Amino acid sequence: MATAVPIATPVRRSRSGVLVGTAVMAALLAIAPFAGIYPVFMMKALCFALFACAFNLLLGFGGLLSFGHAMFLGTAGYVCAHAAKVWGFPPELAIATGTVASAGLGVVVGSLAIRRQGIYFAMITLAVAQMMYFFYLQTPFTHGEDGIQAVPRGVLFGVFDLSKILTMYYVVLVVFLAGFLFIYRVIHSPFGQVLKAIRENEPRAISLGYDADRYKLIAFILSAALAGLAGAVKAIVFQLASLTDVHWTMSGEVVLMTLLGGMGTIFGPVVGAFFIIALESYLAGFGEWVTVITGVIFVVCVLAFRRGIVGELAAWWAKARG
Amino acid sequence: MQALFGQLLIGLINGAFYAMLSLGLAVIFGLLNIINFTHGAQYMMGAFFAWFMLTKLGVGYWWSLLLAPIVVGAFGMLIERTMLARLYKLDHLYGLLLTFGLALIIQGVFRNEFGSSGLPYQIPPVLTGGMNLGFMFLPIYRGWVIVASLIVCLSTWYVIERTKLGSYLRAATENRALVQAFGINVPRMITLTFGFGVGLAALAGVMAAPIYQVNPLMGADLIIVVFAVVVIGGMGSIMGAILTGFGLGVVEGLTKYFYPEASNTVIFVIMVIVLMIKPAGLFGRER
Repeated sequence: MATAVPIATPVRRSRSGVLVGTAVMAALLAIAPFAGIYPVFMMKALCFALFACAFNLLLGFGGLLSFGHAMFLGTAGYVCAHAAKVWGFPPELAIATGTVASAGLGVVVGSLAIRRQGIYFAMITLAVAQMMYFFYLQTPFTHGEDGIQAVPRGVLFGVFDLSKILTMYYVVLVVFLAGFLFIYRVIHSPFGQVLKAIRENEPRAISLGYDADRYKLIAFILSAALAGLAGAVKAIVFQLASLTDVHWTMSGEVVLMTLLGGMGTIFGPVVGAFFIIALESYLAGFGEWVTVITGVIFVVCVLAFRRGIVGELAAWWAKARG
Repeated sequence: MQALFGQLLIGLINGAFYAMLSLGLAVIFGLLNIINFTHGAQYMMGAFFAWFMLTKLGVGYWWSLLLAPIVVGAFGMLIERTMLARLYKLDHLYGLLLTFGLALIIQGVFRNEFGSSGLPYQIPPVLTGGMNLGFMFLPIYRGWVIVASLIVCLSTWYVIERTKLGSYLRAATENRALVQAFGINVPRMITLTFGFGVGLAALAGVMAAPIYQVNPLMGADLIIVVFAVVVIGGMGSIMGAILTGFGLGVVEGLTKYFYPEASNTVIFVIMVIVLMIKPAGLFGRER
């Protein structure tokens, strides 16, 4: 039975190509608010793009499908919102606290979930995430169905007033780019290479002397922390932490973003996140049909489009160049 | 004391549904190596089928009990033939993703059609009323659900573990190519097995209709609990799935009585503990 991971043929791309791509992406994102694109939409998409990139680090490069990643997004959101609102932390400290909380949760959940592989890994993460959902539903500090509302945005480092929308936007952009480049760096480090080796053939990597579980756990914690960073920033941007962010539908959404954009590609999750967020905001008036359309995209991606948008484009480009 | 027995009864009923659903999941997983995320949606479809038959066509409970597994099972086989069959050569995770997408579609369509509030379904006249057992009051319908699900689970166990048909099935689980070489039509067997597993879910849905409200999302949260049940039991054994299902239902019922705050999470907590002590599950083998 194939235990290898669901990655379509990996597409080789030169390092300079990725750097040029990143520079173009950064430039486009930097001018977006002046091109008439609503900054709140952009901030939402950027938070989800970071979330999807963090998820992709685990799935695309570690070969581990977590079906409970919403718990990291949501935990950091709740902790960050609580720290900013109740404890009066400045935003940088609140975001850091949220991120650390998610990383800590990642340590616990990761060391449990990596005891099983493949489908079991997915079911375990899903079940633990559901447990966290019920925990947040019942515990008083999250205010149940209402969530933590009116979270103050505050003044970043005592200098940048985040209540100004453009300041907030560029802060989100910087956080996103930093996370993005960090993930890129991790993937191309010796650590990332070993992680890919474990994904391709775990027994062989073990026989070469690598402690596979340790690598998987570190990848899991990194992914959890970065997903947490996205969630914490999102809580500051929207001044809200709610149950939506810990629900299983959110875990499914990040899987979809990564699948649609292209698993195991650098830019795929970003493209996927922007696509899905745009789709959701255009279809907001259609109620339940959004769920149906989401499901249809899932099915189409799995049946006919497994490389995702970026993966297909890269394959087409490689073919065109011979 | 009354309250304790009441919670125990609810626990047994929930356990009956856990057992039937995790049994279907385990049978499907054994042969197809796919975790069927649509299982919850198919359970819901069973309940809606019964509701539709009764309210729109005036066809009663017993016919639904027979027809729902056939109709929903046929729908499952259609999905298996047209979609899942294309994924067998790929990583198993694609099966999970595909069925997750299908579950979203089915639940979304039903919510559009029927809204998200629950629809009532009458208990069939023969099974209304209750019995006083001295220490507690037992509604007859609930007793019937426990007995019927036990019969369904045990006959499934018997067919798979003790009959010739079941031995083909178990052999194909071990080595598909070899069984095919002996002249058994394995692809057809796979389709029928999937249909059977889905049919079990639909049957559970019909039985659940008079107890819980018929609701498009009734299977969505349940399926996650059932996944935890499957992780706890391990998917190696049929009897294991049945015992774990009923056992966890009872534990959940007891938790509701002694420490209600934890009743939503107790099964997940048990899953965590089992993973720490015996990662393969209580009845599982590493595979």
